[in-house]
Amino acid sequence: MPDINTLIEVALIIVKVIVVSLILFTLPIPLTWIERKVAGHIQVRLGPFRVGPHGILQPVADMIKLMFKEDIAPDKADKWLFKFAPLFAMVPAFAVYAAIPFGDKITIPIINKEVTLYISDMNVGILYILAVGGISVYGIILGGWASNSKYALLGGIRSSAQMISYEIALTFSCIGVVMTSNSLSLLDIVKLQSGTILGFIPHWNIICQPIGFAIFFIAALAEINRIPFDLPEDEGSLAAGYHVEYSAMKFSFFMLTEYLAMVTASVLTVILFFGGWNAPLFMPEIPIFWFVAKVGFFIYLFMWIRFTLPRYRYDQLMTIGWKILLPLSLLNILLTGLFLL
Amino acid sequence: MLLTSGILLLTLHMANNQEIATKEITLNMGPQHPSTHGVLHMFLDMKGEKIIKATPDIGYLHRGTEKIAENLLYHQFVPYTDRLEYWSAMGNNLAYVLAVEKLLGIEVTERAKYIRVLVAELSRITGHLTCIGAWALDLGAMTVLLYAFREREMVLDLFEMICGARVTHNYLRIGGVRYDLQPLFKEKCLEFVDLFPKKLDEYEQLLTGNRIWLKRNKGVGVISAEDAISLGLSGPILRSTGVKWDIRKDEPYLIYDRLDFDIPVGENGDCFDRYVLRMQEMRQAARIIKQALEQLPDGKPCIDMPEVVPPPRKNIETNMESLIHHFKLVSHGFKAPKGEVYASIEAPKGELGFYIVSDGSERPFRVKIKAPSFVNLQAIDPMCKDAYLADVVAVVSSLDPVFGEADK
Repeated sequence: MPDINTLIEVALIIVKVIVVSLILFTLPIPLTWIERKVAGHIQVRLGPFRVGPHGILQPVADMIKLMFKEDIAPDKADKWLFKFAPLFAMVPAFAVYAAIPFGDKITIPIINKEVTLYISDMNVGILYILAVGGISVYGIILGGWASNSKYALLGGIRSSAQMISYEIALTFSCIGVVMTSNSLSLLDIVKLQSGTILGFIPHWNIICQPIGFAIFFIAALAEINRIPFDLPEDEGSLAAGYHVEYSAMKFSFFMLTEYLAMVTASVLTVILFFGGWNAPLFMPEIPIFWFVAKVGFFIYLFMWIRFTLPRYRYDQLMTIGWKILLPLSLLNILLTGLFLL
Repeated sequence: MLLTSGILLLTLHMANNQEIATKEITLNMGPQHPSTHGVLHMFLDMKGEKIIKATPDIGYLHRGTEKIAENLLYHQFVPYTDRLEYWSAMGNNLAYVLAVEKLLGIEVTERAKYIRVLVAELSRITGHLTCIGAWALDLGAMTVLLYAFREREMVLDLFEMICGARVTHNYLRIGGVRYDLQPLFKEKCLEFVDLFPKKLDEYEQLLTGNRIWLKRNKGVGVISAEDAISLGLSGPILRSTGVKWDIRKDEPYLIYDRLDFDIPVGENGDCFDRYVLRMQEMRQAARIIKQALEQLPDGKPCIDMPEVVPPPRKNIETNMESLIHHFKLVSHGFKAPKGEVYASIEAPKGELGFYIVSDGSERPFRVKIKAPSFVNLQAIDPMCKDAYLADVVAVVSSLDPVFGEADK
């Protein structure tokens, strides 16, 4: 018979997992609305406006539509892979959050119990996230392959090449941060970013790793398939790329994955380079608020970029990945190493 | 668990298809595709993403326009021309009307000539705006499309003011124009012409200096001047190769010889030159409109020739003779002298010409439309050779085909 404390701990973890998954499942609902509104205002129009005040119920309407649409699978598709591909894409997108901390600790007032704001503090957190995040690409490749359509196939091939080339740069840019903070745990990385340098510069990694941040951000844009690197679903030449044959809920799983990936990229940027939940200079310490605000800013930045830039061509994308980002990230590691010495 | 089962499935799947052979793929692009500008269908033979051969396949929007013309009275065909190049319909009206007038040997009033130039240049702006907007959208810069359509909307409002219609106008008629300009029109149009170059600066800010836009367009879809001429290309595509050929300057019609404007010319014959050219042409069009508005003479919008031009509405109600003329024209049309003519204009897409053969009756014996989109489409294969799949999109956008016209 395990003692009561262990039981409480286990119960707590289960509750946390459920809460985090629920948040992640519902997050794309406001995000789609926000993205359309941002698009609308950038493009001098209103965005959704009909369903509910300021179109706020639009995502709900979309959800109903997606649920009741006919779920078509092409006749010659590989039925099993076709069904599983969206799950392959979606599960890793959720699994990543097992290692992502949203804050340090809070005390729940009534039962007076300290609760950590993360599911687990792995000592190899960063490694886990990059590895699990990388699995997501299987969903895209398999989705493209199983559809038995040339457009989808090309989208799948593009995504595999793109993910591999940018994952390397992404990982290498994280190494700089790992070297300066001497830890793979995200919690430690954030803790080390508190305080200031010389009393007036926040001790965030962006200050000592500007190149690392630039590489990380560009590679993250490519990793999450957004303009200017949204080649796997290149509307212009591939119609919708890897998910061209998907409809209804299966399609919405891919959408969900993409939005979650965008959130993950923002969260990682904030944790690795922008001090996590540490408040900027001389501001009151409200960890949750600062964390959400910073993440929100980066999500907005991703949307802003999407509605401003055209997209690269496939070979140009590879050139950037292999000829610019990779050498630059190696140089960054070298410089960081020399600096540490 | 799920992962393991998935990987297991994949391995099983691979095991089933053991012979792996590489071969070229043929991609059917269109006719339903977001960036084939309507119903262009292309067979793309590709090696990976490299194009070996691009074969355009047209005809999905064929409506037999030329045959229809043979069964209609001369003046009844004008609305059909609107549906040819529907992004800038006024130009089509103009080319047809000029051809019929040449056949009849009539000369329209000065005011009508100015109004015709005015609307033709306005429609050049609408055509080019659509081209640039759709092009940017195809290459991923969605916002430019909506900015371009915002200004296009202003021109459409002007068209609405002129003739009550926004897209298919049926405004020009044989012998003049259908209605005189509204009193407020001049003011509104000048307002637009002054505002428009600023808006063009806005698009250029988003595109012209943009690294990605340059990378996607510079050196893409290159064609030499000799090839362009031997393929019979015209319009911005020909001028982008450095050939200075513009019918408005070289074989002036209407009042273009009296107006002061430049013909922008490119040098590399690539997509980027075609983009810059169109931007500059819009600025020149604004310049032409401004001059035409300032010099606009008074007078009648139509010539006084009751057998060709129907009398004004109020005369029909009060004047017996007008009523007879009107009835005659509507029921029988007019006879054209025997012979054949060709008249062409510089439409936004290139040389738009109408070749009419008359056997002396009220209906044309044969009408042949020389549509610039149709001719320019030939350039797809030479331009796409050894390019990447994504370049095909840029090339098609830069050729700017409109399928109402290409398929007739």
